[in-house]
Amino acid sequence: MSEVAREAVGDYKAGWHDPEQSTIRFDAGLSEQVVRDISAIKDEPEWMTDIRVKAYHHFMERPMPTWGSTELLNSIDFDKICYFLRSGEGTEKNWDDVPEDIKNTFDKLGIPAAEQKWLGGVTAQYESEAVYHSIREDLEAQGVVFLDMDAGLREHEETVKKYFCSIIPYQDNKFSALNTAVWSGGSFIYVPKGVKVEMPVQAYFRINAENMGQFERTLIIADEGSSIHYVEGCTAPTYSSDSLHSAVVELIAMPGAYIRYTTIQNWSNNVYNLVTKRGVANENATIEWIDANIGSKLTMKYPSVILKGEGAHGEVISVAYAGEGMHQDAGAKMHHLASNTTSKILSKSITKDGGRGSYRGMVTVSKKAENCKVNVVCDALILDEKSRSDTYPTMEIKNPSCRCEHEASVSKVSDDQVFYLMSRGHSEDEALALIVNGFFEPFVRTLPMEYAVELNKLMALEMEGSIG
Amino acid sequence: MSDAPVLEIRDLHVSIGDVEILRGIDLSLVEGEINALMGRNGSGKSTLALVIMGHPAYEVTKGEILLDGENLLEMKPFERARAGVFLSFQYPQAVPGLQVGNFLRKSVKALKGDDAPSAREFRKQLNAACDALDIDKKILSRYVNDGFSGGEKKRFEILQLMLLKPRIIILDETDSGLDIDAMRTVAAGINSSVNGSACLIITHYQRILEYVRPDHVHVLIDGRIVASGGYELAEQLEAKGYEWLDQEASP
Ligand SMILES: Nc1ncnc2c1ncn2[C@@H]1O[C@H](COP(=O)(O)OP(=O)(O)OP(=O)(O)O)[C@@H](O)[C@H]1O
Ligand SMILES: [Mg+2]
Repeated sequence: MSEVAREAVGDYKAGWHDPEQSTIRFDAGLSEQVVRDISAIKDEPEWMTDIRVKAYHHFMERPMPTWGSTELLNSIDFDKICYFLRSGEGTEKNWDDVPEDIKNTFDKLGIPAAEQKWLGGVTAQYESEAVYHSIREDLEAQGVVFLDMDAGLREHEETVKKYFCSIIPYQDNKFSALNTAVWSGGSFIYVPKGVKVEMPVQAYFRINAENMGQFERTLIIADEGSSIHYVEGCTAPTYSSDSLHSAVVELIAMPGAYIRYTTIQNWSNNVYNLVTKRGVANENATIEWIDANIGSKLTMKYPSVILKGEGAHGEVISVAYAGEGMHQDAGAKMHHLASNTTSKILSKSITKDGGRGSYRGMVTVSKKAENCKVNVVCDALILDEKSRSDTYPTMEIKNPSCRCEHEASVSKVSDDQVFYLMSRGHSEDEALALIVNGFFEPFVRTLPMEYAVELNKLMALEMEGSIG
Repeated sequence: MSDAPVLEIRDLHVSIGDVEILRGIDLSLVEGEINALMGRNGSGKSTLALVIMGHPAYEVTKGEILLDGENLLEMKPFERARAGVFLSFQYPQAVPGLQVGNFLRKSVKALKGDDAPSAREFRKQLNAACDALDIDKKILSRYVNDGFSGGEKKRFEILQLMLLKPRIIILDETDSGLDIDAMRTVAAGINSSVNGSACLIITHYQRILEYVRPDHVHVLIDGRIVASGGYELAEQLEAKGYEWLDQEASP
């Protein structure tokens, strides 16, 4: 690992928390008034207030999903959650102006040290709103817009109005409705025609307060022939009571555009992580979701791509790790609506200490979509007898010209493997970390170096003290 | 170099489940000496090698193994490795996703700690060892033993041997599965590593011993060493097989 990488990544043990230093904190609980207050505090246009209120009512009426873990879902106490918390005086452009406590937190996470070294831009969100934001001047000069979502709505209202809820309507599911009702923060990105953003842009989301709900909303539009790589990292400290993270991410890749969306989340094991992510890929466009889910009490997340234009390509590469008291219900969805579209899903999960991992996948190929290619691989690695892994793949292929490959494997770490590595001087934990990181390697390979290092370190931490 | 054994095995009894596999082994490894261990399939050779390395499946029911006079059996496998014990496995394990180059570097670091060579020096040693063993450097970006042919696995074990530079070397059928040319390069690799170390070579064939000349040859039958001698014992076995030794084995 290079020194630069080490510095950029910092110490990833995210279990600390700073004294909460909010300037506005709503009382816990959700009502139409809370939704209206959030909108009012942000001074939003009326159409946004309206859609929030409609979404709120839909959320209230909509039953809980019946898959994933109904038991855990039903144990969420929506009245105990705080739906809005403002941490500073607004979004700072200058790192020096960010309040000291927040700065300390992000320093520990490697921001903005990381930014200086290799990022095109960064936004950092603490609780409900962005606290720090910057973008490289050269990108700005090319017309790239990278803002937090609240600023996006203020400065590019027409664009937001056009695309907001266009890929994921609030009626999509209970949690997309909740997000639409109470969303705050997130990123708004527009990449103009033909502009290739070479360096990844990054957002960090951190929940620091107890019983907090974080509902960021992200919208990325890549215009014709443009490309962008967006990276998000998420953490929360460990509290005795639960927090809720429920984001919505909508991506639009215009013809020939390329969007890669990388997520590395390391939630503590009392965070409910219920996220809806979907992108539309037009002709010859590519959307890739790269998704690492480490931690959380329950994650339900199935990034999806609608392959709408001919020749579009969609990819979901995901890894999930579930340790004690964690349930990862993750997967992917691909919808082939046009001919000659291709998709690839690679899902890898590791379970340990009674953790549960589920792959839930859905691939559909519509009747008129000719010559599509589908490739699905899911591998599970189970580290002990207490842990569990399941796969729920669904395929609905209505056009016979589709070429479809599907592989699934479940493996266990053998004593002989661990022993072999130990015989080369590695302790039990190190041996296990080598095996586990090897298992994740096809995923890690897709990450920027710094994130690869970070993820390897994270997994090594998870393996500490794991064998007797 | 002294004549005191670095590794001393005394009256070693080993069981797996209810079955006793090793039934009283006495063997001393001295620095600078090469010992060969021969014996039929299933006689317990690999068991002995794995017990020295500390495999958790085997239970030592009686006897002891001393490393520099200290109780080796109390040490974990990685502590034994760090103390200088190396085993070239009969069946090396695959670790998918773990790149060979990365694994070698990490292993050298794990073993040598602060004394590990610099990245540059390590590269140099690695290149030299690959050349000596006629190993294609493409291997460095492959995954540890993943999809390796039988011979490639054995050569990779010796590559590790050359880089890790142990004091006590145990080679479990490293010669099996090697073609004639590979046997020669591997034997040269072994020879370059053994000088000064204590070495135990487990083999079925005299051929490797022509290249790596043992000072002592031992024969294991049913978990006991029934005969020990010089190189000529290996020649006798090659000619006559094991039958003539069978009566020695019955208790
Ligand atoms: N893990 C194990 N579980 C059950 N039996 C075992 C195990 N390991 C060894 N044995 C048994 O112990 C005996 C000795 O095995 P070992 O592998 O030591 O033989 P070996 O002398 O190395 O044979 P070969 O020349 O075929 O490699 C055999 O009968 C074998 O089946
Ligand atoms: Mg054997």
